[in-house]
Amino acid sequence: MVTVSRATRLSISNEVDLVRARQEVRVQAQALGFSLVDQTRITTAVSELIRNMMKYAGGGTMEIEGVRNGIRAGLRIICHDKGPGIPDIGLAMKEGYSTSNGLGYGLPGTKRLVDEFDIWSEVGKGTRVTISKWR
Amino acid sequence: MEKIPIIKVGDTLLVSIQTDLQDQIAMTMQTDLLGRIEQTSARGVIIDISVVDIVDSFLGRVLSETASMARIMNAVVVVVGIQPSVAITLVELGLELKQIPTALNVERGLQLLRERIAWEDHAVADDAESRELGREEERARNGHG
Repeated sequence: MVTVSRATRLSISNEVDLVRARQEVRVQAQALGFSLVDQTRITTAVSELIRNMMKYAGGGTMEIEGVRNGIRAGLRIICHDKGPGIPDIGLAMKEGYSTSNGLGYGLPGTKRLVDEFDIWSEVGKGTRVTISKWR
Repeated sequence: MEKIPIIKVGDTLLVSIQTDLQDQIAMTMQTDLLGRIEQTSARGVIIDISVVDIVDSFLGRVLSETASMARIMNAVVVVVGIQPSVAITLVELGLELKQIPTALNVERGLQLLRERIAWEDHAVADDAESRELGREEERARNGHG
């Protein structure tokens, strides 16, 4: 049974928002007592997801939630956009489809940085990626 | 618009990137740095990222591209001061920055630059020497033809 505590919601439309969102995630990860490496992992994962939102949908919203599962505390982040959506999620999640030269969505790499990764996307409706990291 | 200072130390350019910089500032640094390489004929560049606590795919790409661009302008770029947490995250993300020489700190970076530039100049000198030898052989053959 996962309980959710306070949520922070940020609207994302430009580079300044991206930097602010990353700082917010880091501050909350620090407050939850995540190790430096885990703070860096989750902040980097968020940065990648927000870059996708900006690149493919022109922006969107990010929500940060503190979550608790019994004695474990964690952070859950939801990135939601109303952009064109991803036509083929299977392909987007395939290793090697996305490369470091900025083609594709970089989702497999982002997934490796977190404990839970969930993606919903519908063409013409938008995309929602939910990631969680447990302490 | 803030800018990242580029400091000239001898024949090396030193750039220190602050943390959480906006994309535009990173792009401006790239252009400024190439301009300074042209102005100063610098052979070596050190990019210090010791205070940078996150390198995502964008910044990783900027660093790689800057190194390649400088390379074309006959300068070697060494990235120094990558934090352990950043190195771990980069590899897990799938960005290994294999094509960029790295060093632990500025001092090691300078040492690496000296070695690389000396080795390159040596290779260039070797090339010139072998071309000269080739021409001599050519002349000898023609003379005895």
